[in-house]
Amino acid sequence: MPDATDILNALVLMTNYVFVPALSYGSQLALGALGVTLVFGILRFANFAHGDLMAFGTTITILFTWLLQANGITLGIFPTGLLAMVPAVIITAIVAIGIDKAVFAFYRKRRAAPVVLVIASVGVMFMLSAVVRFIMGTEDRRFTDGERFLVRALDFKKWSGLDEGLAIQTTQAITVVVAIVVVAALFIFLNRTRTGKAMRAYSDNEDLALLSGINPDRIVMVTWILAAALATIAGALYGLDKSFKPFTYLQLLLPIFASAIVGGIGQPVGAVVGGYVIAFSEVMLTYAYKKFATYLLPDHMAPDGLLQFLSTDYKFAVSFIILVLVLLIRPTGIFRGKVL
Amino acid sequence: MTTSETETAPTNGQADDAAAAPPPPAAIVQKKQSPWRAPLAFLAMGLLLAAVGAFQSWSVALAILNMSLISALMAMGLNLQWGYAGLFNAGVMAFTALGGLAAVVVSHPPVWEALAAGGRSMTLSGVILVAMIATIAFAASVLKGRLRQFAILAIVVVGYALLRPVFADAVTAIEAVDPARTGFIGGLGLPIVVAWLVGGLFAAAVAWLIGKVALGLRSDYLAIATLGISEIVIAVLKNEDWLARGVKNVTGLPRPVPYEIDLQQAPWFVDLVQRVYAGALDAAPDAAAREALLRQLLIDNASNFVKLAYAGLFTVVLLIILALCVRALNSPWGRMMRAIRDNEEAAAAMGKDIKARHLQVFVLGSAIIGIAGAMMTTLDGQFTPGTYNPLRFTFLIWVMVIVGGSGNNLGAVLGGFLIWFIWVEAEPAGHWIVQLLSANMDPQSELYRHLQDIAAPFRLFVMGLVLLIVMRFSPRGILPEKIRHS
Repeated sequence: MPDATDILNALVLMTNYVFVPALSYGSQLALGALGVTLVFGILRFANFAHGDLMAFGTTITILFTWLLQANGITLGIFPTGLLAMVPAVIITAIVAIGIDKAVFAFYRKRRAAPVVLVIASVGVMFMLSAVVRFIMGTEDRRFTDGERFLVRALDFKKWSGLDEGLAIQTTQAITVVVAIVVVAALFIFLNRTRTGKAMRAYSDNEDLALLSGINPDRIVMVTWILAAALATIAGALYGLDKSFKPFTYLQLLLPIFASAIVGGIGQPVGAVVGGYVIAFSEVMLTYAYKKFATYLLPDHMAPDGLLQFLSTDYKFAVSFIILVLVLLIRPTGIFRGKVL
Repeated sequence: MTTSETETAPTNGQADDAAAAPPPPAAIVQKKQSPWRAPLAFLAMGLLLAAVGAFQSWSVALAILNMSLISALMAMGLNLQWGYAGLFNAGVMAFTALGGLAAVVVSHPPVWEALAAGGRSMTLSGVILVAMIATIAFAASVLKGRLRQFAILAIVVVGYALLRPVFADAVTAIEAVDPARTGFIGGLGLPIVVAWLVGGLFAAAVAWLIGKVALGLRSDYLAIATLGISEIVIAVLKNEDWLARGVKNVTGLPRPVPYEIDLQQAPWFVDLVQRVYAGALDAAPDAAAREALLRQLLIDNASNFVKLAYAGLFTVVLLIILALCVRALNSPWGRMMRAIRDNEEAAAAMGKDIKARHLQVFVLGSAIIGIAGAMMTTLDGQFTPGTYNPLRFTFLIWVMVIVGGSGNNLGAVLGGFLIWFIWVEAEPAGHWIVQLLSANMDPQSELYRHLQDIAAPFRLFVMGLVLLIVMRFSPRGILPEKIRHS
């Protein structure tokens, strides 16, 4: 029978290797999925350029971070990137609106089929990815500064007296906090303000919304501003947490789509929940439970193998598998999003 | 499976998944297309390649030609799915990779040691997997409702528990055999040209599976699903070392054409080179210079000869499949497919089995892409699963189909040639532009050094720009689909 220390050790192990990383990754996915779901719900197409929009937003964030750092402006224990996000959001929003006017508006006015918009977004993806690679080059960029750890593993072990340490990085904590703030703000906007309600109405039934006198151009503009803001914040948080490499964001696109679809496309709550579902699945299905089982089982039953459901190489594949399963079994997702 | 075909807003006036613009209603006469358009386009393409040969080098021109032929075939396969049936397949990458896998599985000599070590366990795992699938299929057909779901879940869990240890054993045994050089089961040791057909079969089999599960979905969902599945396929190829060495790559695949080194020593080839370049050789100052010149000529021409040989093989395959596709297009089957694409509801009302037709086209198109993938791996002589990325292998082929002309076979071929040409030549073009711009710049400055890295971003930029411009101003492509009204 495992004693109290063993149980606590097991819990701390789970928190350190599963819960905290999944929470942080889930927040990043949730923010990305919110951007995708807004565009899907209101503009009615899957924006394949969203990953590279995130990369672009992160690029601008990095540039401003360097600018701020060069001028000696920092945020103490917090990464300067947080401050740099503000002008980056503004610039990315302007770029997104520009892209809409140059590319998507044409097809929208002609009521082209959604698949045409998707192909156009592929073209935008190529061009944005070129711009990002040109500005940043192709190597890894780390732009995190400030205090790295909020809670150090060694300090935790000393404080608790346990064998297992718990390390919480500042960036992880910031990701979760920023995600909560942004999601709350977005929900207040969507539910309490006139523009937000107009957007929801437009997403629900375009013709009736137009009949009520809602200005579609304004809705579209606000949608792109929000999508760009969410993309920049998600991308910057991901970049702060890990590092910035241009092609990671195309890879992130699929887990983000998976989160949006799993939660229910066009439903903001769904996007958030979907993000966490995908993140937790990815982490939990590829984690080796050997140590966890060793703590909880009596000695003679201690496992030999790693007790890993899927090898870590298949981490990305997990979100795709979940996506495909959801698309087949329940395409409306958890919160019954719109099936456009 | 549930379909997502229900449209909430009344959009049945617009073409659902037709070419980039809604097709014209029959009452409007389409502007007559000049019959010279296609030959002129191809002539222009030929001139471009000749220009590259003359100004850069024939080696480069032939290399571009070979990859263009392969890309043209891939574009034709995708055109079958998109242009004929309106299916948005964003998983082209996976079918190409499966073709490459076929090249390995067919032509690499078997690794007997590995087979002896893990062959039995691997076969056993295969048997367990097949048994699992068969039991699930049986349960799915016999049981209903909750009991069926529970039964399927139970079979999956029990099957997995049985399969996992057997499979893990097999994998460890196989991968332990000389991991540096082999560490996988090898192949059948057959001629590699057979792999081209087998590649098509592999791709068709996987396409059938994907189609069975995903084809009921609406366009952009289908795109996302196929993109996801293709990533899964590539992940499997990269990680299952026992199958094709994963990211350790399989090199040294056999060739259907002679090796350059053999050619350089073959008497008939040396004779040929001496006769063709007699003038240049006679003009050499002395015997040593003549010898050196001959050696250089042999090297260059051997490599060009090999490339030409490949080009000949690829052209034959391309022409055969093109002929088949053109006949299919102009047959009752082709007309039915396009009718389904243009008005699915009417076709369904007439009793056409839409799902089955879509599956048929999906499988055929993917088979063609698989053949092209096997050809590509043959050309490279190696299978490198790590190089398959969606940008280069899926979205680039999409640009080819859209720019060339969706729904038109010759359009797809032209698109393949043109876009591959732009993709390759964008790099030197980018460099040239940078040289122009930075002629007066300080070579030590940060900006100058930064501009030198323009190549990779430039070709992406050009590709995106080409796609957007064509989508906007000429959405049906350079060689649009010919719509015949009797």
